[in-house]
Amino acid sequence: MTTEIGSETEVKKESEQLEANTAQEGTEEATESQIQPDLDNPVSEKVQSSPSSQAPVSQSSPTSHKKEKEPSEGKGISRFIPPWLKKQKSYTVAGPKDEAKKREQTSTGEECATEVGEHPLPEAAAESKGNLEEATQNQQEVKADDQEEKHSVSSAETQPAKEDSKDIEVEKVSEEKEEKEEKGEEGEKRETKEVQTTDLKMEKVSQKTPKKIKTLPCKVMLLDGTEYSYDLEKRAKGQVLFDKVCEQLNLLEKDYFGLVLQENSEQKSWLDPAKEIKRQIRNLPWLFTFNVKFYPPDPSQLTEDITRYFLCLQLRQDIASGHLPCSFVTHSLLGSYTLQAELGDYDPEEHNNDYISEFQFAPNQTKEMEEKVVELHKTHRGLTPAQADSQFLENAKRLSMYGVDLHHAKDSEGVDIMLGVCANGLLIYKDRLRINRFAWPKILKISYKRSNFYIKVRPTEQEQFESTIGFKLPNHRAAKRLWKVCVEHHTFYRLVSPEQPLKATFLTLGSKFRYSGRTQAQTRQASSLIDRPAPYFERTSSKRISRSLDGAPVGITKSDQSLLKDFAVTVGPAGDKIYDSEIGGHGKLKDGDGRDEDGSLTKTPQLELTQDGKSSHETLNVVEEKKQAEVGIEETIVTEEINRGKIQADADAGQTRKMGRLSKKDSSSLSSDSSSSESEDEDVGEYQPHHRVTEDTIKEEQEENEDVKGKEENAAKGVQCVETVQGSQVEVTVEHSQVSAEVLVPEKAVPTKISGEKNLMKEAQQNLREEKDEEQLKINGDVSHVDIDVAPQIICCSEPPVVKTEMVTISDATKRTEISTKEVPIVQTETKTITYESPQFDGSAGGDAGVLLSAQTITSESVSTTTTTHITKALAQAIKEAKEQHPDMSVTRVVVHKETELAEEDE
Amino acid sequence: MAGLSSSGSSAGGLGRCSHAVVRALPESLCRQALRREKDSEVDFARAEREHQLYVGVLKSKLGLQVLELPPDESLPDCVFVEDVTVVCEETALITRPGAPSRRKEVEAMKRALESLNLNIVEMTDENATLDGGDVLFTGREFFVGLSKRTNQRGAEILADTFKDYAVSTVPVYDSLHLKSFCSMAGPNLIAIGSSEAAQKALKTMQQMSDHRYDKLTVPDDAAANCIYLNIPSKGHVLLHRAPEEYPESAKVFEKLKDHMLIPIASTELAKVDGALTCCSVFINKTSEL
Repeated sequence: MTTEIGSETEVKKESEQLEANTAQEGTEEATESQIQPDLDNPVSEKVQSSPSSQAPVSQSSPTSHKKEKEPSEGKGISRFIPPWLKKQKSYTVAGPKDEAKKREQTSTGEECATEVGEHPLPEAAAESKGNLEEATQNQQEVKADDQEEKHSVSSAETQPAKEDSKDIEVEKVSEEKEEKEEKGEEGEKRETKEVQTTDLKMEKVSQKTPKKIKTLPCKVMLLDGTEYSYDLEKRAKGQVLFDKVCEQLNLLEKDYFGLVLQENSEQKSWLDPAKEIKRQIRNLPWLFTFNVKFYPPDPSQLTEDITRYFLCLQLRQDIASGHLPCSFVTHSLLGSYTLQAELGDYDPEEHNNDYISEFQFAPNQTKEMEEKVVELHKTHRGLTPAQADSQFLENAKRLSMYGVDLHHAKDSEGVDIMLGVCANGLLIYKDRLRINRFAWPKILKISYKRSNFYIKVRPTEQEQFESTIGFKLPNHRAAKRLWKVCVEHHTFYRLVSPEQPLKATFLTLGSKFRYSGRTQAQTRQASSLIDRPAPYFERTSSKRISRSLDGAPVGITKSDQSLLKDFAVTVGPAGDKIYDSEIGGHGKLKDGDGRDEDGSLTKTPQLELTQDGKSSHETLNVVEEKKQAEVGIEETIVTEEINRGKIQADADAGQTRKMGRLSKKDSSSLSSDSSSSESEDEDVGEYQPHHRVTEDTIKEEQEENEDVKGKEENAAKGVQCVETVQGSQVEVTVEHSQVSAEVLVPEKAVPTKISGEKNLMKEAQQNLREEKDEEQLKINGDVSHVDIDVAPQIICCSEPPVVKTEMVTISDATKRTEISTKEVPIVQTETKTITYESPQFDGSAGGDAGVLLSAQTITSESVSTTTTTHITKALAQAIKEAKEQHPDMSVTRVVVHKETELAEEDE
Repeated sequence: MAGLSSSGSSAGGLGRCSHAVVRALPESLCRQALRREKDSEVDFARAEREHQLYVGVLKSKLGLQVLELPPDESLPDCVFVEDVTVVCEETALITRPGAPSRRKEVEAMKRALESLNLNIVEMTDENATLDGGDVLFTGREFFVGLSKRTNQRGAEILADTFKDYAVSTVPVYDSLHLKSFCSMAGPNLIAIGSSEAAQKALKTMQQMSDHRYDKLTVPDDAAANCIYLNIPSKGHVLLHRAPEEYPESAKVFEKLKDHMLIPIASTELAKVDGALTCCSVFINKTSEL
């Protein structure tokens, strides 16, 4: 057990370190001196660490990690690392890996236990609910400490630094979980993690104990126009605030809601609950708006009236502000329901001519409309407020723009369009006209790069190839924001459970962001368990407060306790727990998993090469994934970076060229992104929407896929040949034909193509249905179906000439549930820039790419580093299968050929 | 009351109507009406007979209140009232027909609709053109064919007029109008022709919609233009082209067991690209009946 966990944490640390290293070389030196102690600390000591001591750990992680790693490097891996690597900041990473591996080896027997332990986590969390308060406090404290430390470390930080912070957060989360567990008295389960962290803690505790908890004022504008003030821990995560607000509102079905940063009025930026608030909002005081984030397609399925009430409030704002367009008649009708809900039956005496004027029903409300509203109001006699709200929602939900989140963009020809993200997919508008629509099942991949946003869509019947459609967003932030919204919407509406975070990805460029909350399916399930009497709540009108339906802050601050009265937390068992765990995963892991993945991050060595002048980034990622329900989910992620937007040209070049193997590459660049999940700086992000789909939606998907039949081949082209060599080593050669910024092989397509049978598609789909999470792929029919422990993804960069070769050494997966990929020395890639974002890296190792090659040769045994690689699913499958067939063998080498595919910006 | 609940997205309201507006055909139609096939000759007497039958069905058989506008010899195409307005619920958009010779047709229609107390919206933008024949309202959303007669701007104005609904554009290449090869044959049921162009347009519509429609494919594009009405006393009513004209397509319609089927021949107006839907505008006035 311990070993596993430890490795994980280490991994995280590593990743952090890597980034940190890159970002702050100077800091490293300072930290080095401290390193020794860390190394000295045996695992056993760590195990005993107490919760309190843990707190500091999170903070220290960046620095402490570095410390640990550096020494380790010197001892272990460093020798294996090519000189150029050493020069680079990333070299430190290797050290930690060694440790991790060692631990793993020693503890292999225990691994199974670990898993078990991890799984229980959620439960533990639940148990410790009573203690949650404490736990959260502790967490906060910890966070605060962390921050302080960080500051010291990160003063010089540039973008990379930010990434580090993100990683750190992840760690923190896991730690928090641990704390909770501990309180729950399940220390056993997480011992390993603690152990590792302990080192850090020890160090930091002594140093940091004296620090105080700082609180910052925070204001949240609620939907009824009132404003609440909170004092938040400086390091508090978004979730803390959100939970407070929901508590205040007595809202249990809270997954539909979110907090909006009041930074730019034009576009909503959502507070990420999994991240520290301070990292998401620059200005003080912190101002947020409580809003509906995911509009329930069918509000009647909400469990509680109070939830519908808040949805109504949101919609009234949306309508009055013009964001949700309605016809005159609809404005009037909805307005009349609003009156009925808030005023009750029409009373000629009480409701004189002016009563209506305090309501705003439409952006441009006319006398005529008000008369119509009154006329309709009279017809609603007898409707209770809840009924009136329901009627309101029944009408509002049918509005074509209901729940559509619009983003300004330009198409490839520079024409102004709007991209609308909704429950069903992505809508493209030109002016008010819908000119295209991409349902989620049609979308294979969503990515952004710089200010460009891309979707890769399934080929239509007439087409042979998938097409990638690019849109130009006003700026990088807008592109990322859109991308995140897409990821979130897809996850929320179409997946059963949140996808696993990309944490483990090693060298991945771009954002690791994933939706971490509950999906609609989950929240519905949780809601069905709500068992409390309908809570009392006051409607705004009854209060007769001046209201601003247009969303303008009213400026009323009140601490209304009335809302709290009934606040009994009666969330179903799954509710809070799940939520916490997910968050803890930093993205999405379900507890145990998350940690593992995080851990994997640390394992990965980072190699970064930057070629000056060339700004393309390539990334090869071998990802170790734990396999759980989510096996196979992770697909390929391709990160490509083209500095100039000249994607097309590159793509073309790529197409024509097949990438040679290792030898071809001039430079290889690997960047580790482990921490980057949230930084605004992230240039790129990818998301492949096709993993687990909720059952009800699967059917639809199938149907859509049917049209696609016959194109699977194309989709599958990514894997051209898989060679299985028996013997101690298995070589898998995968050719990727698609390069454009994204090389993704559609999961479904892959199987088909490989088998060469188109009919497989259907099978695959059926399988999908039956086993949402697991897709079975047959490769050449030779390989038996095996669950994939490793879902490494190889991402080829868009750069045409880039070839990536990766060596993946897979240790015995059998023992470890989590990840079988032990080593992934990364091959050289042609791409120059590994660090996609940090200018600092540039020029660091351009010419050294060749060296990377040598790194490949390192066998897993000799090198203890583990690399996280993203490999296409097909590849993962192949590896896995190979493993399965030959448990005693390890995959030492995976050669991936990439063929470029046109990045079709046109369209 | 009106609003989405009664006639809107629920699609349950599709085809509900109390009134219809039609217009008699002028003699000038025979020679001057626009047509895609230049050499087709219209038998005016027969055209008139067919049209009277058509109006008779609406009036007597279905019990609709039919406003019959007088013909205008200076407007040879004026019988095709569908093109000059799009009525949805209580709102009528007076279009700006793509053919300049037809622009004045709107005047009589506007007066008629005003008499019905509809909210009138006029398309005054001189860059906009829209023929009602390019507008397919499914009960849930609009599809607007971008054709020689209808342009993007026209579609935008339609979208601005009917804000509750999604308005998607569909390119139309080989036909006069979008509805030259399709129409609604029931709530959620799209009748579609078999031609390649028709099928392609259907695919486009399917892709653009969040909703899944059933489709009724008929062998003949022209036969795919039918009139679905939902008359309280009659239930589902479908006016479709007569078996004499399109026997194979008629067989398809005859499979609709829930519909009251009324075959109507339109051989003459078809020569000037007239389809069944072209000759009427349906209005549902619930509040005043």
